Amino acid sequence: MTGATAFLAGPAGDKLRRWHRFTLAERIGRSGFYLLALMALVWSLQTIEIIPEFLYDAPKQTADLFVRMWPIDWPWYPKVVHEALIETLHTATLGTIVAVLLASLTALLAARNITHSVTLNLIGRFILVATRSVHAMVWALFFVAVFGPGALAGTLAIAVHSIGFTGKLLSEAIEEARPGPIEALTAAGASPLAILLKGYWPQVKPAFLGIAVFRWDINVRESAVLGLVGGGGLGMALDTALSNLYWDQVGLVLCVIFAVVIVTEIAVTWARGKII
Amino acid sequence: MSDIPAPVPRRLAFPPNWPMRIGLLVLLLYVVYASTILDITWTRFVAGVSHGGRFLARMFPPDFSPDKLVLLEAGMIESLQIAVLATIFGVALSLPLGLAAARNLSPAPLAWTARTLIALCRSLHPVIVAILFVKAVGFGALAGVLALIVASMGFLSKLIGEAVEEMSMKQMEAVRATGAPFLSVVVMGVMPQVMPRFIGFSAYQLDSNLRNSALVGLVGGGGIGATLFTAFQRFDYDFVLTIVLAIIAIVMVGEIVSGWMRRLFQ
Repeated sequence: MTGATAFLAGPAGDKLRRWHRFTLAERIGRSGFYLLALMALVWSLQTIEIIPEFLYDAPKQTADLFVRMWPIDWPWYPKVVHEALIETLHTATLGTIVAVLLASLTALLAARNITHSVTLNLIGRFILVATRSVHAMVWALFFVAVFGPGALAGTLAIAVHSIGFTGKLLSEAIEEARPGPIEALTAAGASPLAILLKGYWPQVKPAFLGIAVFRWDINVRESAVLGLVGGGGLGMALDTALSNLYWDQVGLVLCVIFAVVIVTEIAVTWARGKII
Repeated sequence: MSDIPAPVPRRLAFPPNWPMRIGLLVLLLYVVYASTILDITWTRFVAGVSHGGRFLARMFPPDFSPDKLVLLEAGMIESLQIAVLATIFGVALSLPLGLAAARNLSPAPLAWTARTLIALCRSLHPVIVAILFVKAVGFGALAGVLALIVASMGFLSKLIGEAVEEMSMKQMEAVRATGAPFLSVVVMGVMPQVMPRFIGFSAYQLDSNLRNSALVGLVGGGGIGATLFTAFQRFDYDFVLTIVLAIIAIVMVGEIVSGWMRRLFQ
């Protein structure tokens, strides 16, 4: 927070100091930003396409939704949903493992203290941004078109989309590594691989494990919905139930997803406590 | 005669790290096991890769014909509107919810109710929320906006609640000691402390909503996602590439804008 004082000419030529919390430029910038946000809001509200007929019966439709969901179709769980749940968990875990492998390589490419080539750094950074900006579900659409529907497409979608996030955090962790141990190893004549394993790895390890576990938590959520576009797992069961308009089965899948998310969150909190 | 010291076995500079090796072996076994469960085989992968070559060939060059650009523009504008509306309403709603969730500010029953609500918003994926809203308010942008508002509320309220819990209580007590009513305490004692972080989170949420607005369209929530899904179903793969490139471009612009916004308020 920067304080600023503005001098105002007082009556008898003496200067009266008036304190402002922000400089004039800051205040203009902020007011301009608020104005811009307001304009964006008005523009969006005026031009967005909303069909009023749909809105009038929204309360009725919402009530209908919950009435159809109840009672939840529990007997469907052992038949289909259990297998889908196992598939989702394996998709998320395998996807995370592949992602961490690929992200480590990309992070080494993008880290400026490892790869001393601006071109290679930029290529690494581009891979990280590009994989991250395309959502896992869009990747899944691609991989379903290439490999056909199933867990393979889902796993690859999870893996590729996670490269960006994992690799960005990893390359930041690598760049923050203290140069002392690395210089010592270099002076002792260690090979590049030994420098990586014994100089960088011990410093990056806590961050590495933390990032991997955190990403796994996100990937469990993501992989639960990938099936909607053909990526296998719980989403596939959800898609089937939705297309058949069996809302009691939809309710079951939603309950299962909710439970899995809660359990993984607890597991991740516990695991992070152990690592850090 | 002094004894000659027994030769000490030389310590290895880098002794083998057995726990690490066993851990890696277990990981490898798991990968093999999970691959069999998921029916991921090498032959399928290789078949897919050759298939992928044809697929890529159909995507290049991206389709920039005028009639497609009109579709792209309409979808993008709708996505932008969805992201802007969801961010602004999400921010406006998550501020009171975040304050209610802070245990040092609100009474325990209210704080726990707010925390449960936040956990519920956070645990449901935007796509699932979008499906429910599509059923409730019909196909189109409104369902997408509502779904992303819920997602924004979950993310922002949690972080705001944490920021308020971490702030210094002294300023709040000073304002309270003057006999100020609750609203003034919040505006003068709490908000100045958490505002910079709140703006930072909101900027990130704008980013995230831009990305996710491409997503809700896949299940009927409107925007560029709907355009993308239609193009996929019509096997217009060259147009698909155009859309994906446009999404990457707009997400990058969004990251620049949100970085600029963060700097403005830091």
